[in-house]
Order: sequence, then structure tokens, then C-alpha cells
Amino acid sequence: MNRALYLIPLGLFLFFAGLAGYMLTQPKADQIPSQMIEQPLPEFTLEPALGGMPGVSRADFVGGEPRLLNIWASWCLPCIAEAPHLERLREEGVEIIGVAVRDRPEAVADFLGRYGNPYTRIGADEISELMIEIGASGVPETYVIDAQGNIRYQHIGDVREETVTLLLEKLEEAR
Amino acid sequence: MIAELGLVALWLSAALAVLQMASGAMGLAGGYNARFAIYARPAAVVQAFLATLAFFLLLWAFAITDLSIKLVATNSHSAKPFIYKLTGTWGNHEGSMLLWVAVLALSGGLLAGLERRLPEKTMSATLGVQGFVALGFYAFLLLSSNPFERLPVPALEGSGLNPLLQDIGLAIHPPTLYVGYVGLSVAFSLCMGALITKQVTPDFAKVMRPWVLAAWVFLTFGITAGSYWAYYELGWGGWWFWDPVENASLMPWLAATALLHSVSVLAARDALRTWTIMLGVLAFSMSMLGTFLVRSGVLTSVHAFAVDPERGTFILILLGLYIGGALGVFALRAGSIAEGKRFSFTSREGALVFNNVMLSAILAIVLLGTLYPLLTEAFDVRVSVGPPYFNPAGAIFAIPMFLVMAVGPLLRWKDDKPARIQFELAMLAAVVIAVCALVAILGDYSILSVLGLALAIGLGIAAFLPLRGRNLRRVPTATWGMVMAHFGVAVALFGMACETAFTSEKLAAVAPGGVEEVAGWTIELESVDPVAGPNWTAVEARIFASRDGGERIELNPQARNFWSPPQATSESALVTRWDGQLYAVIGDQAGVDANGNMRWQLRVWWKPFVTFIWYGGLLIAFGGVLSIVGRIRVDLKRRNAKALGDARREDMDALTSGDLGTRGPVPEPAE
Repeated sequence: MNRALYLIPLGLFLFFAGLAGYMLTQPKADQIPSQMIEQPLPEFTLEPALGGMPGVSRADFVGGEPRLLNIWASWCLPCIAEAPHLERLREEGVEIIGVAVRDRPEAVADFLGRYGNPYTRIGADEISELMIEIGASGVPETYVIDAQGNIRYQHIGDVREETVTLLLEKLEEAR
Repeated sequence: MIAELGLVALWLSAALAVLQMASGAMGLAGGYNARFAIYARPAAVVQAFLATLAFFLLLWAFAITDLSIKLVATNSHSAKPFIYKLTGTWGNHEGSMLLWVAVLALSGGLLAGLERRLPEKTMSATLGVQGFVALGFYAFLLLSSNPFERLPVPALEGSGLNPLLQDIGLAIHPPTLYVGYVGLSVAFSLCMGALITKQVTPDFAKVMRPWVLAAWVFLTFGITAGSYWAYYELGWGGWWFWDPVENASLMPWLAATALLHSVSVLAARDALRTWTIMLGVLAFSMSMLGTFLVRSGVLTSVHAFAVDPERGTFILILLGLYIGGALGVFALRAGSIAEGKRFSFTSREGALVFNNVMLSAILAIVLLGTLYPLLTEAFDVRVSVGPPYFNPAGAIFAIPMFLVMAVGPLLRWKDDKPARIQFELAMLAAVVIAVCALVAILGDYSILSVLGLALAIGLGIAAFLPLRGRNLRRVPTATWGMVMAHFGVAVALFGMACETAFTSEKLAAVAPGGVEEVAGWTIELESVDPVAGPNWTAVEARIFASRDGGERIELNPQARNFWSPPQATSESALVTRWDGQLYAVIGDQAGVDANGNMRWQLRVWWKPFVTFIWYGGLLIAFGGVLSIVGRIRVDLKRRNAKALGDARREDMDALTSGDLGTRGPVPEPAE
């Protein structure tokens, strides 16, 4: 065998070590973006999560202005943190449609009584059916849906002060 | 006190590893310097004792749930069944690294204590390398993952163990794999020792062979157990996922399998010297790479283990030192090692080389598939590589490998004529073609599974052909080992092909009282009720299954929810018959039916001959055990014969004290 051939394993290894070293220094994505971005919302109908408010179906997203779809739950702590920011978005004139995941009507009422109700309608996703279908990996998540019912943007985690501006921009883009 | 004692033992072991490394290296000075080299052996033996002691101290801390130790508090819980308290010792990063180091030190100690055949110079270099490898892992443990760290304030209660790991399969799976990985570290050290001193000889191969065999047996067993665990515990109905963590154990196995065959050629025929060394380096590299991939979190996997970039960096540095260093020495030295004896392509060696190349190609495919996502991620593209890549790409090399595997053991060493075994060849071809034709008539199945089935049957018959026309009582144990292992491959392949081709599946939403049919089985869901265990709650289904109107068997699959830490798992229920397994899983609620009864997702599979996959794996491991036993018996006989011969020679010399001419070597017992 040629002497140079014995260097091939070392070369391959060094390439791997370099690559692995580079990858280790990269920030790790701990969020899994939904495969449903740029896709139309699936067909669904959710019962109201709360007496006195309408439920949610796909048809509610079609026509008019782009909307936000906020997935939350009364048992979720970050959802409390994002409540005032959702309130601000509502004040900006954004329509927010809520989906309460694995929740009870009393708990939903209690939560909204305490932290405010920015929603025009709230659907009850009792078995995380919609949540899984649109690729949400947890609560809270907020989606920008354009007036044709397509998912245009996904925000994973709670909505913060800086997210409000970002979401407003995304809503503008989705027009 | 336990934790402090353990830590002291670990630090002392590390110090001894330094001594062993230095002594081994200095022993090489000026040809061979016995004055320095004498410390290497005792250092390795004492180190083995201390590292094992450290591991047992941690085991003890887990047994009594000592919540003042951080590791125990974060991975155990007083409510946990006792057996899982013990297995919790290695069900976490720090504990499993300590187990790894303990096994490493133990095998180093065994090598130092028992091995007397190698030239002292090679032995010295080998122990030096072994000390160097151990030192890196001690540093890793002591500097970045101390298992004995105390909490400032003892915890009141522990936070549990990943419920997926609360299973007897996982109690035995990691330790067996680790023993396999670490056994390969000894092979690695031996290869480096022989390479450094340029003593790549058949004797060296004979010393290395039992280590490779033992490591390979443990890997085989570990992979088999792991696959069965994933099959019944994860509740997805499959037995191999090509997940990075699974590949991490498969890759060293592939390299070790190639090494095993190549080391046999070196031991028996003094051929394939550099190739054997290369495989020795490769096999351990794959063990370390596996550890890196699993522990560093550079790859996302369905098995979520301790993931930490800092630890990843540490292992990567170790990888660079050991593997980079070894490959560097290889590049420098390999040219000066003669290739050994020549042989023609149609010979036992030729067949073994062919299979070695095929195994290496499969290894390259698995490696590429495992690392590819890492490569594309560097360019910000996320991909996952799965069965559609691995199965056909692997099959391209596996199919010729199985064919040659069937006839290889029938060939003679050095040079042979294919015409000599034309009867066997014709018979094999006939079996393979007949099975293919039969299955093709029966139905529409994928080409790969039909070919797999035909090869499995052909290989199953061929495995026994080396015994044809021999006195079975005089066949060496090691040959029986080979026959068993090759038959095991056929059995496993048969199981895989049948499972892929003939599985029937039923996914239904069923309310209690509902009846479903799958492959001749009638499955009746009687009820779904809540149940509770020591640290979980679950819904449990009562299902009655009967086959063609026969006996009604009760099945109780569960969907469990553990509360500490919170996690949902699926406990499948299995009915095992000789010709396959019925596999049932209960899923989520699926709405209500017309009568207002709650419906449940029920998933049932009938998997013909699926158990053969694991029976095959066990047979392969058993073949390896037979082989080790056979080799050791031959070695002992040889040693006794030599001692007897030496004694006789001394007697003769004493008697005659005259020149009887040069004596021939003592005849070796036939293998």
C-alpha cells in the first residue's frame, strides 16, 4: 500500500473533529419549528372553552384582516406572563383567537377574570388535537394567520414586549 | 463518608493511571528499559481495584438513597423499586461514566495481571497506552462530571429516574454495551502497543483475540437486549429505528465484527497485519464516537440523555487525543509493517477480506447517515436520515456479504478452487432461487424482504456445511462457535425479513365491548380502567385475544404517567407464539361512539417470527462465547503441552547431557 493511503483515515477523522467542534460552539436550537409554516390551517372545529363565548373553527380565520392564533392554557405559567402583552396587541386592533389546551371551563373563566381576556373567541382543545396538527410543541405558542387561513409565522414561547412589535410586523407582512 | 471515600479512590486511580502511562512510556526508552517498566503492571492492577471500589461505593449510595449526594438526589427517589435504585447508578451521565472507567480499569488490570505471552516491550507500550486512555476518562469524571458531588443541603426527596429507564431491559443493556466498548479499548491499546514496537505478529493476534471476542459478545448481547427493549417499551411496534443512539452501538459492533475476522486471519495465517491494526483503531474510535454523539447533544435523538456542550467538548478533545493520535501513529508506522503472507482471492482469507470490506462499507454507510444531519446542519439545513436511506444502502453491501459468508467457511486457507465446493454452491443457489420463486408466487412483497428471506434460509443451511463429513465430537469448540454465530445471523435475518414482509397491523378506535380482527386473531376490548403503581398512574386496558377461536388470552397494555419526573410511557402487551408475536398498545381517548361510550385508540400488530430477530442475536453471542471457551481451552492445552515438553526436555538433558541434535518444536495440538 502507498504511504499516502495511511493518511486518509487521519484526514477523515480531522475533518469530522473540525466539524463536530464547530457544531459544539454553535448555539443549540432548542425549539422545533412547525412543519406547517406557509401551509393552510387544517380543517377543524373546536367547542367553546367558556360559556358565553363562541368556539373556533377554520372558517373563523378566513376573510378580513390577518389574525393571531394563540395557544394557551390556564395551567401554564408563561401564559400569565404573556397576558398583558396580548392585551396590548388587542388594543392595537389585532384580532386574537384563543385555543385553550386540556382545560376546564371554570379554570378558563378564573384565568381570564384574573389576567384579562384579549380573545374574540376561545376554542377548547381537549386532547391537544389542533395543537398537534399545527405542529405546536407546547404552550404558549402564537401563530400569525393570513386572511386566506394560511399559517404565516410561528412564535414559540410567551409573547414579550419585543415580540409585540415583531408580531405586528408579521401581521402587516401577512396582509 | 461514602462519597468522600469514593472520590479519594477515584483520585488515587487517576494518579496510578499517570504512573502506568509514564512507566509504560519510559519502559520504551533505549529499546526496552525494565527498570522503569516494572511499575506498569502493579499500577494497572491496583488501579483496577480502586476504580471498582469507587463504583461500588456509588452503587451503595444509590442503594441507601443517600440524598446528600447530588447525583442520587437528581436521579433517584425513595419510592422507587429497589432494583431501579441500583440501576439508577448508571442510568445517568456521571454514573455511567464511572461504570465505564471502572470497567476500563478492571480490564487493564486483568490484562496486566494475566497476560504473559506478549514481548515485555510490547506489553509495556500497551499498558502505557491503556493508562493514557484511562487518564483521559478520569480527568473527564473528576473535572467535569464528579459523581460524588455533595449537595450543600441534603434534599428531602429525590427527583426520580427517567421512567423509560425504569425497566429491567435497561438495567442490563447499558452495562453490557459498556463492557463491550471498553473491551475494545484493550484491543486498541494492544494495537497501539504492537504498532509502536512494530511487533504485529500472530502471537499478538492470539493475545488480542479473546479481548475482541469478549467485547464483541457483550456488544452483540447489548444491542440485542437494547433492540428488544426499544421494541416493547417504546410501544411503536418497531425493533430498529436507525436512531443516532442505536447507530452509536451498531458502528463499533460492525467494526468489531470485521476486526474479529481479521484478527483470526492474522493469528492463523500471519496475513492482514496493517488492516487488523486499522480495524483495532477503528473499533475503539467508533465506541468513543458513540459516546460523543450520545453525550454531547450535537445530534438530536429520540433518546434524550444528559446533553451538555461542555461535556461534548471534553469528549471531543479526548477523541482528538486518542483517535487523532492513534491515526497519526498509524500513518507514520503502518508503512514499516510488512503486509504478511500472501493469498489468492479464492481462499478462506480472500472470503474474510471480502466480508471485512463489506462490513467496513456498511459501517461507512451507517456513519455517513448518522453524521450527515450534523454536516447539513453546519449549513443550516435540517434533515433527518432514516430507513429509506439505511435499508437499501446497507443491503447493497449486506447481500453480497451474506452470500460470501455462506461459502467462505467452506474454502481452504491460502488458495482454493471454487470447483471443489461446486456441490455446496449449487445447493445454495437452488435454495435461494426456490425461496425467492415461492415467495414471489405467494404474494406481492418488497424485493429486499424476499431476498432477505431467501438468503436467511440459504445461510441457515450453509452455516452447518463446515461440519459436513466430520467427526462431530472432534470438531473444535471454536468451530462450533463459528457455526452457531453464522446460524444466528441467518435466524436473525429470517426474523427481520418475515417481520418486514408479513406484519399485519390494525389501528382502530374501539369502545369497550368492541371487537377487532387482525391476521386470524380476534381482539376484544373489555374495559379500560385507571390503575396506579409505586410512582405512576396509568390507564390499563383489559383485552382478550384469541386465535382462530382458540383459548382467550388476557392482555393488559397500559398508558402510564409517571409523576416524578412527569412523563408518559406506553407499556405494550405481548402474546408470544412460536411463529410470531401479537403486540397491543393502548393509546389516547378517541372521542365517544354513537352510544356515548368512550372510544380508545387501540393498536394491534401480528408480527410473524419477529422473536427470531432476538433469538438470532442471542445465538450470535452464544457462538462468540463458545469461541472464547474453545480458544482458551486450546491455549491451556498448549501451555500444558509446552510445560510437559520443557520438563521432558530437562529430564532428557539431565539424562544424556550429550548432544542429540536440534529438536523440533513441541507439536501443537490440532485446532
